[in-house]
Amino acid sequence: MIEGKRQQDMETSRYTGLQRKIILLTLLVSLAPLIVLGATIYYQFAGMYRAKITQQITYRSRGLAQAVELFLKERTAILCSMADTHHFNEMIDEANLSRIFEIMNSRAGAFVDLGVIDGNGRHLAYIGPYDLKGLNYYQQPWFGEVMAKGVYISDVYMGYRRLPHFIIAVRRQEKSHSWILRATIDSGVFEGIVKAAQVGKTGDAFIVNKSGVYQTQPRFEGRILTKSKLETSSFGGGTTGVEKKNSEEKQILFAGTWINHGKWLVVIRQGVTEEMTGLFSTRNMEIAIVLSGILAIILMTVFTTRMTISRLRAADVKAGEMNAQLMQSDKLAALGKMAAGIAHEINNPLQVIVEKTGWMQDLLNEEELQQSKNIDEFRTSINKIEEHVERARKVVHGMLGFARKMEPHMEDVDINAVINQTIDLLGNYARINNITITSELSPDLPIIAADGAQLQQVFMNLVSNAIDAIGKDGRIDIKSRRMGPQIHIEVSDNGPGIPEEKQKRIFDPFFTTKETGKGTGLGLWVTHNIVEKMGGAVNMRSEEGKGTTFTVRIPIVIPEKK
Amino acid sequence: MDTMHYFRVLVVDDEKDFLETIVKRLDKRGIGTEGALNGEKALELMREKRFDVVLLDIKMPGGMDGIETLREMKKIAPLTEVILLTGHASVESSIEGMKLGAFDYLLKPVKLEDLVTKLAQAFEKKEGQDQKIRSAKIKELMRFPGRVFQQEKEEEK
Repeated sequence: MIEGKRQQDMETSRYTGLQRKIILLTLLVSLAPLIVLGATIYYQFAGMYRAKITQQITYRSRGLAQAVELFLKERTAILCSMADTHHFNEMIDEANLSRIFEIMNSRAGAFVDLGVIDGNGRHLAYIGPYDLKGLNYYQQPWFGEVMAKGVYISDVYMGYRRLPHFIIAVRRQEKSHSWILRATIDSGVFEGIVKAAQVGKTGDAFIVNKSGVYQTQPRFEGRILTKSKLETSSFGGGTTGVEKKNSEEKQILFAGTWINHGKWLVVIRQGVTEEMTGLFSTRNMEIAIVLSGILAIILMTVFTTRMTISRLRAADVKAGEMNAQLMQSDKLAALGKMAAGIAHEINNPLQVIVEKTGWMQDLLNEEELQQSKNIDEFRTSINKIEEHVERARKVVHGMLGFARKMEPHMEDVDINAVINQTIDLLGNYARINNITITSELSPDLPIIAADGAQLQQVFMNLVSNAIDAIGKDGRIDIKSRRMGPQIHIEVSDNGPGIPEEKQKRIFDPFFTTKETGKGTGLGLWVTHNIVEKMGGAVNMRSEEGKGTTFTVRIPIVIPEKK
Repeated sequence: MDTMHYFRVLVVDDEKDFLETIVKRLDKRGIGTEGALNGEKALELMREKRFDVVLLDIKMPGGMDGIETLREMKKIAPLTEVILLTGHASVESSIEGMKLGAFDYLLKPVKLEDLVTKLAQAFEKKEGQDQKIRSAKIKELMRFPGRVFQQEKEEEK
């Protein structure tokens, strides 16, 4: 029993292992491409999306740079044209200068003051809110630069009124001497231009100089004229996009364009997260689709594998059963052959014994011996010998009885009639032992072609076994019904049942549960052989204490029409 | 007719103990019986004497087996009925024996009463056959009386 259980456990684990292997392999093969595809699509898409965003802010940066550059050029151009169209003498006349200042402001605006400086750096004329007249700029670095290059635009600085300003200075070469027209510009004006580019929740736009000092007020982080954290060196010529992570580990994109002859950098800053919302929703959808795909694949794989395995298992069990049945038949056939051989060898000596005792009996009847005082003892002994020879003869003939009737005599058989006949024949015997035989016979059984006498023997064996098993007081139920291409006949008793260890041997020849001398152990063997020859099968189900049921399955063979 | 020798039986069996006893017992019951231990001996006896019924063991080790013996017997005396006796349930040989004209077959061990009944049946059948042949002959002779000589000649052969 323990052995059997262990084997069963081993088989179960074999199937589970197989199942696990199939599931894993299937999942690997089907999920790997799905995941790779999903990831590839996502990264491709993300890359494209990012490129597009980078491109977008690059455009924005370039546009802003153009606007700012235009502003500067405009102011520079006005200053240049004023300087070019007036003589030094006209310019140092402050009334004149004031008129020019008014014209300039009315045309372009944003000029805070206007001054004229001679070639030696002296501030000769000044119109504006501050008292700058008389200052000498000769030592200032910008003075040298404007004298050398002709145009100078300063970085933004905090003016006297604590407002950000910057200077544009242009040089006028008049014959042998040159002078400078210098104007202060309110950088608030171009800050307006820059601020217009600060879009969205995280979008920023600002200008920094070459060393990274804010020239305009940025929207986040830092103040004007303080140093920004931007590495200006990472921006090349033209417009460059740069990606960075800020302190909160958020990705931020920067795009910068150099203006003002490479002195200023117009920067557009954009948080990636905000711009990527579209991408993220796409990604989430993709993940959802892939996940549901994975889930469906897993469920299907597990389901189909389980189904397959359970089918396989059922088929294996069936094959095993069939194998066992085949082995049983083989065993019975071999035993049968042996039994027949033994029978022959026993029959000959039995025949001699019969004749010899017969002869002795014949002789006992002769007159001289009638007077012998032991005559009765002789007679009893001879009778006993005959009785036991008869017993042996029954055993051997039981074995051969089946073999002798090997060739079945086919006739039209009504199985129910055969069963009823059997009940009639054994009814008396059953009644004596207070056993009730009930039958539940399906009325629509077809007439089949079979050997009626053999079938009779089958039912006789089963019913008389049932009676013997019960002993006294009990009941036997006989049922017949059609099951597809077969007729099933069940003979159940409520006897003591057959112990499990004996169940396997129940169809073996000479195996009996009855007392010695009462049964030959051939009944079920013969029954089994007869039914098997018909192409049917006999099965037994027994539970100790509850009873035993024999099921005979006989194929329906339709008789040939005569 | 003498009841002591109502009819004549030949028993063929290789089992000496059986053969001796059965001969004695049948004799005691008024059936003139002789025994032969093998097929050759049986055929020899049949050529010498007339038997009504033969009881033949179908399976004998060595020499001729039952079926072969039966075939020869039918050549010697076609009208003699043969009952096959077997310890073995070989259907094939029984069927073959029946095809060859055996009257019936019995399975060892057989009770004497059953055997005697069977022998009597076989004898009755043989008698019936003989009767028919005899009456046929008489009819023939009545029509062609000359043939009685021809008949005798044939029998001499």
